[in-house]
Amino acid sequence: MSNQIDVSSHRDAVEFADGVYWIGALDPTLRTFDIILSTANGTSYNSYLVKGQDGVAIIDTVKENFSEEFFARLESEVDYKEIKAIILNHLEPDHTGALPELMRRAPEAKLYISQRATSMLKALLKPTSDDGFEYTTVTTDDRISLGDRTLRFLHTPFLHWPDTQCTYLEEEGILFSGDVFGCHYCDKRLFNDLVGDFRFSFDYYYAHIMRPFKKHVMDALKLIEPLKIKQIAPTHGPILRERPRRYVTHYRELSTSSLSREIGVAEQSLVIFYMSSYGNTARMAEEVNEGANAIDGVRVSLYDLEGGETGPFVDLIEEADALLFGSPTINGDAVKPVWDLLSSLAVVNLKGKLGGAFGSYGWSGEAVAMIEDRMRGLKMRIPQQGLRIKLIPTEEELEECRAFGKAIAEEMVGKKQQKAVIDMADLA
Amino acid sequence: MAKAKITFQDIEQTVNVPAGTRVIEVSEKIGAGIIYGCREGDCGTCMMHVEEGWNNLTEPSVLEEKVLKENMAGRHDRLACQAQILGDCSVKPT
Repeated sequence: MSNQIDVSSHRDAVEFADGVYWIGALDPTLRTFDIILSTANGTSYNSYLVKGQDGVAIIDTVKENFSEEFFARLESEVDYKEIKAIILNHLEPDHTGALPELMRRAPEAKLYISQRATSMLKALLKPTSDDGFEYTTVTTDDRISLGDRTLRFLHTPFLHWPDTQCTYLEEEGILFSGDVFGCHYCDKRLFNDLVGDFRFSFDYYYAHIMRPFKKHVMDALKLIEPLKIKQIAPTHGPILRERPRRYVTHYRELSTSSLSREIGVAEQSLVIFYMSSYGNTARMAEEVNEGANAIDGVRVSLYDLEGGETGPFVDLIEEADALLFGSPTINGDAVKPVWDLLSSLAVVNLKGKLGGAFGSYGWSGEAVAMIEDRMRGLKMRIPQQGLRIKLIPTEEELEECRAFGKAIAEEMVGKKQQKAVIDMADLA
Repeated sequence: MAKAKITFQDIEQTVNVPAGTRVIEVSEKIGAGIIYGCREGDCGTCMMHVEEGWNNLTEPSVLEEKVLKENMAGRHDRLACQAQILGDCSVKPT
């Protein structure tokens, strides 16, 4: 393969399969993407053009301020009147920045998006009325034909927005994957067999963008794995033309639970984190641990936040089925290490996990309810009202701690007794 | 004040509520599995399935209908942040 590719030296389209072109843009000086991602050598916004007998399809566009480069590459290959279809695999602004202008220049082109993309499209284009523009929604196995070319859609939502989809060019075996299999890695050599070592960027991108959506990654892989794939063309980073299948395999590995290899699928994991200033909340945590341990089928882990770091704790939380936080109340608030951990969870999926809080306090004990509210905000379920104990726990109060841990563990394994009808007025 | 019973099937819990209560108000307090995003009927996160008593919830608004459609809601699915309880019903997370 040619080692002479340098897309930064020209503004032409780059053909990488018969009639299939890269028409994207490089952004080598970007150092932070979307606030949350570091991009040590920038990124690229990949857009693609597919020529067929009956017309041309454009797949995704670029960030708005890179439009000029995108249009120059597009114009090097086709006239706007040839464009029959504009396919949007993902509507985030870094891929739709040039869309309004492209629609203006190619008014005959039809727009193809996923069902879930419709409200986002309207929010992006801000039409003055509902009939301001037309689009067609597509889903798995819908196809559009360019005569001798067929583009098939794969409904792959939540990778990493609700709207995301992939598009497969059947005749060439090219998967236009959107952000899936992408990375923020800018290299003028464009192809995975020519660019530098981008393994870190690939895994870092997965860890920050796809990781919260592992279940959806697995669902998408069920659609992607049976495809005959010759190349993967993502919206960021290198085009994966050499041994593309290994990136699919790698995604499956990254999305597979590692805890299930340790404790078995039948067992559930409860992780208890605590901080303690005078040892009272620590004492509570030990008893909660004791109570939960009495229930078969629940593996309990107890961690003092003072002795650990956020990163590994986030890994534990990701695979846990239930989380308990113990915090004293200091000046009307939970303590900072608790908030530090609870504000570091955007990279994992917490939806539906069970949560609970407990803590010792001296005066007013706000921490427990504040932690519960945060957990609800993170889409967790709080099955038991939190446990607050004033200063040093008595023997009876330690028994309450054991009962609290036991109740949470029972809830996890579905052993909770049928409860009587309760009145809303009795709820806290 | 008129009362109604709502059952959250996932946690097998029934609650007596004043008629007119939104499902969100009670489901969070009781720790049911319906989860919430925007809490204002726009994102579709809190979609729930109504197993019984479909007619005992307030009618969905035009906006709720639109969000349900966009989120590919099934028959008898509603948004828990919008639906108000008028009579006995039974719901579970979708």
